[in-house]
Amino acid sequence: MTSSVPKSEPTATAPSPKWVQPTLLLAPAGIWLLLLLVVPTLLIFELSLVPNINPGGIVNPSGLDNYLRIVQPERLNVIWRSLLFAVGTTVLTLASGFPVAYYLALIAPQRWRNLLLLGFVLPLWTSSLLRSYAWITILRPTGVLNTFLSSLGLPTLDLLNRAPAVLIGMTYSLLPYMVLILYASLEKLDRRLLEASADLGATPQQTFWKVTVPQSLPGIAAGTLLVFINGLGDFINPELLGGTSSMTAARLIYNQFLGTTQNWGLGSALSMMLIMVVSLAIALLIKYGDNHAKSI
Amino acid sequence: MRSQSKFSWQALFTLLMFGFMYLPIAVLSFYSFNQAPNSAAWTGFTFSWYSQFLQDSRILSALMDSLAVSISAVALSAVIGTLMAIGLARYQFLGKGLYQGMAYLPLIIPDIAIAVATLVFLATIAVPLSLWTVIAAHVVFCLSYVALSVSTRLVDLNPHLEEAALDLGATPLQALVMVLLPQLMPAIISGCLLAFVLSMDDFLIVKFTAGGGVTTLPMEIFSRIRVSVKPDMNALSVFLMVTSGFVAIVAELMRQRTHKKRFQ
Repeated sequence: MTSSVPKSEPTATAPSPKWVQPTLLLAPAGIWLLLLLVVPTLLIFELSLVPNINPGGIVNPSGLDNYLRIVQPERLNVIWRSLLFAVGTTVLTLASGFPVAYYLALIAPQRWRNLLLLGFVLPLWTSSLLRSYAWITILRPTGVLNTFLSSLGLPTLDLLNRAPAVLIGMTYSLLPYMVLILYASLEKLDRRLLEASADLGATPQQTFWKVTVPQSLPGIAAGTLLVFINGLGDFINPELLGGTSSMTAARLIYNQFLGTTQNWGLGSALSMMLIMVVSLAIALLIKYGDNHAKSI
Repeated sequence: MRSQSKFSWQALFTLLMFGFMYLPIAVLSFYSFNQAPNSAAWTGFTFSWYSQFLQDSRILSALMDSLAVSISAVALSAVIGTLMAIGLARYQFLGKGLYQGMAYLPLIIPDIAIAVATLVFLATIAVPLSLWTVIAAHVVFCLSYVALSVSTRLVDLNPHLEEAALDLGATPLQALVMVLLPQLMPAIISGCLLAFVLSMDDFLIVKFTAGGGVTTLPMEIFSRIRVSVKPDMNALSVFLMVTSGFVAIVAELMRQRTHKKRFQ
């Protein structure tokens, strides 16, 4: 980064050599990121190739044992569960977020739009731990939900420490992101296309599926990706709402480093796998996004 | 199109989802004033949970640690993140794509992976964990958010203003401080506020990079709520919500000011 070569210098009167300004601007952040992000990521890749490593062990690559250990049934189950949680959350946020974003961007009165959107995403600014904690208060056996249900004479639900609680917590945490992205996409929608479609005799359903949805596909793709990635790496909701039955990749990684039986090598391999899945998802989006752009 | 009645099903559904978003907040607020420590039933009004956490020295010292981390990390990120955004907007160079990829990587990689990588790095170079290691780790993602906010603003700026300053004899530093920075200030502030809130909220990266002497607010909250439901945590939640709600509204006003200026 320090050897950056500028093609255009904004001023001819600058007395310093051409490389000084770009270096001053780009080197501090560049060095910081290189040292604390790129090098560490390469280090965990190296560490992931070391079998049975414990804290303080010597970093010395020697095999793929840690990756083979991941594909054993019990750990594969954990990864499968993480993927299901991430996909489930993505589906739930898309299904519930699209109508909200549609209403906020296209139906709500113009002058209320910004305020309504801000109001919808405001809970995002509260502590994520305390948001999960609130769901514990609601979902626990003697909590708000069951008190409400039994006061109506309905059977109580045992949701806490099970998959439904994790899905509720994750959907709650990630829905504002989905709505924000879909809103940005729907707001830019060319309304004349909707009118033209209606004028040409399309039913509202046809207009929705053949004009609105295709036009907002980039937003849908971006929102889906963002929620999927964040859902896959989520630690707090599965940990606090999922109980022992909802072990996920992030929790497994956490335990390899801060749990009672540590294995840094295995934890590193799992982290690399998480990074690879995320990268794959982004690569797919870019590829798909390009195809989509071409098809228009 | 069919007539847009005021009570479309989308409006009703949106109202329902607003209820979903505010239900946990309403529940926490409600119980923060409830006398009974561990019951879903209302037994009477009290402020005691608020006075309890305000007198809790562990909570207050955790809050101090959190503020120390977030303020330091955001201050440093504001400087180097802004410089990076300006540099990226201004220059073409070999490997720019790679540099950009690296700059926005922290927005994409899951927190747990960043936390693990930083811990392994610190252990490898044998740096003892402390408040400083937490700050260093937080700068990584904070500077990405600041740079993202600043770079969107840079796109809309008039480059001739800075050129005019230079033509009129300003040094590049003067042009940067007196012409460019004032125009970027709303974007820098809104980026910093977002970074600050995310830094205050971070649990995983702190947990992995903090030494024994450091306990931030999320760490303290985590250790308490994992065991059981604690009514003073309700009061703390409400307190933090009001504070961060205020920050959110300031950030939004900043963003709108930036947005308005764009069309002047």
